[in-house]
Amino acid sequence: MGRTLAEKVWEQHVVRRAEGEPDLLYIDLHLIHEVTSPQAFDGLRMAGRTVRRPDLTIATEDHNVPTVLGPISDPVSRTQVETLRKNAAEFGIRLHPMGDAGQGVVHIIGPQFGLTQPGMTIVCGDSHTSTHGAFGGIAFGIGTSEVEHVLATQTLPAYRPKTMAIEVKGELPVGVTAKDLILAIIAKIGTGGGQGYIVEYRGEAIRKLSMEGRMTVCNMSIEAGARAGMIAPDETTFAYLKGRPHAPSGDAWDQAVEYWKSLRTDDDAVFDKVVEIDASTLTPFVTWGTNPGQGAPLGAAVPSPEEFGDPIERAAAERALEYMGLTAGTPLREIEVDTVFVGSCTNGRLEDLRAAADILRGRAVVTRTLIVPGSMQVKKAAEEEGLDQVFKDAGAEWREAGCSMCLGMNPDTLKPGERSASTSNRNFEGRQGKGGRTHLVSPQVAAATAVTGKLTAPADLAQGR
Amino acid sequence: MEAFTTHTGRAVPLRRSNVDTDQIIPAVWLKQVSRTGFENGLFAAWREDPSFVLNNPVYQGASILLSGPDFGTGSSREHAVWALQQYGFRVVIAARFGDIFRNNSTKMGLLPVVLPSDVVEKLQEAAEADPAVEITVDLAEREVRLGSESWSFEIDDYTRWRLMEGLDDIGLTLRHADDVAVYENGRQPWLPTTV
Ligand code: SF4
Repeated sequence: MGRTLAEKVWEQHVVRRAEGEPDLLYIDLHLIHEVTSPQAFDGLRMAGRTVRRPDLTIATEDHNVPTVLGPISDPVSRTQVETLRKNAAEFGIRLHPMGDAGQGVVHIIGPQFGLTQPGMTIVCGDSHTSTHGAFGGIAFGIGTSEVEHVLATQTLPAYRPKTMAIEVKGELPVGVTAKDLILAIIAKIGTGGGQGYIVEYRGEAIRKLSMEGRMTVCNMSIEAGARAGMIAPDETTFAYLKGRPHAPSGDAWDQAVEYWKSLRTDDDAVFDKVVEIDASTLTPFVTWGTNPGQGAPLGAAVPSPEEFGDPIERAAAERALEYMGLTAGTPLREIEVDTVFVGSCTNGRLEDLRAAADILRGRAVVTRTLIVPGSMQVKKAAEEEGLDQVFKDAGAEWREAGCSMCLGMNPDTLKPGERSASTSNRNFEGRQGKGGRTHLVSPQVAAATAVTGKLTAPADLAQGR
Repeated sequence: MEAFTTHTGRAVPLRRSNVDTDQIIPAVWLKQVSRTGFENGLFAAWREDPSFVLNNPVYQGASILLSGPDFGTGSSREHAVWALQQYGFRVVIAARFGDIFRNNSTKMGLLPVVLPSDVVEKLQEAAEADPAVEITVDLAEREVRLGSESWSFEIDDYTRWRLMEGLDDIGLTLRHADDVAVYENGRQPWLPTTV
């Protein structure tokens, strides 16, 4: 019987298999940031262990960094970043510190350097490591104990998750993005729908996505509960990688491409579960609640808890509406926001910024609008195209690279009761600052919302709605 | 890691679903570089509400958390596990867990127990009716007991053994360092390094 992509990549990385034990899996790339690593390095030191493969490890500073120039003023954040610097120096790990041209959100810099390649196993002490699966590898988030394990051994003991295919039929209509697609998928299967699975996204709409769009989709796999999401590599993948600093070159490139082409699910392979979704019926999608599964088409209204048959979901919806300060039946288009955030490892890449700029060009924002490039390199590229000027002319703030308002660990936060339209990935209570209220949206919807102050699709602007 | 064989204690009913790790420990608490002191951050935002169940003195000293489904979803922060343990929890019982949270728990000796929703609800009702009631979680027997009733739960043999022995994964893996070296020699030549 044929094998799925996930099975092929997994098998390629099994160091040791023994009856009744998890597989010992080799890890090709370990990404590190300041938040989930300090206790792991302490653990190594206490046990007198070293980092087995510093040359397969790379670190960056992202979660705590302020997105305005200058030092970190919060002493606790500063200590955490300084601790990473000390640890990287002591254990010989390449680090891209604040201000460095290679610095950025951990999941943005891996692909950007060409370090993220098809068929690899990639881990990081961060749940959105699933992003890297867009290149056709197995990439997943781990906790600090596992970070220490990978540092010490370059392996992880793990059971192979089950496999799920999400077949996206048809084409995305004009104006509907990768973000809308993944939000619709999560709303369909639920935040627990992917638990225990590696998801492979397949189908025509997926094939037509750019690498940026594929990363957006895979990024949010974890919000559906899946440990990892992946997309088979193809010409789009190869074209993205070619010429990047760590991509193979010369004969090695040809060899690699030949192997990469074998990384696809065999026609006769069987998935443990298959979910189908029709892309052609989708419209811009936003969240109204406090988990990423609580979403609806922008044209819909805030649902009533009564609509949920399951008592647990009903209670969750009731609670979410209370936290979000929303009334059932309110059209989503009438929800007013104070803040718009474009950025994060979901939507902080150049293509996302271009999409936002296309909408803001020649228009003015009426909300606080933060545009935060996902990396210094994205920032540079955006400035070379003059996108920064478009944003500034519209009255938006153009910032330095970092996680920014994706989570409340740096100065960019919502105040209690403030409401945002955010291109990030989590609308959890307090995620963007205590008491803050988050609506997850695409960069296009974020930009249009900044113009009107209410949740808005770009098409609404054109129609003068 | 502290070995886990069997545990008997009082339980807190947390009647919420989708308890993500941002709720278990908010991001501001993640700035610490030590492994201790996270108990104060446990459910920090919710604890500001005097009616939140953990603020009810009758549940003081309880060591088993009974949650709605999808406990520990979201962020990979192991700090969530540390906060629960340092607060005094040894077991979390729910119908579904976030995969990473469950993994992190078993690395640290916090036992995540999966039971069907209706059973969790029954346990929650019992803990609400009588906060002094004790629940036993027996890992050796893979069983949860309350009074004369019992329910079995699933956990793979390997994880169970590791928890019962309190074994450190790294130590176990290092026994196979030779296998790792052999594997490394056969890796595809074009794979990138960060150098
Ligand atoms: S941008 Fe947000 S989701 Fe991505 S790594 Fe940073 S904090 Fe995590």
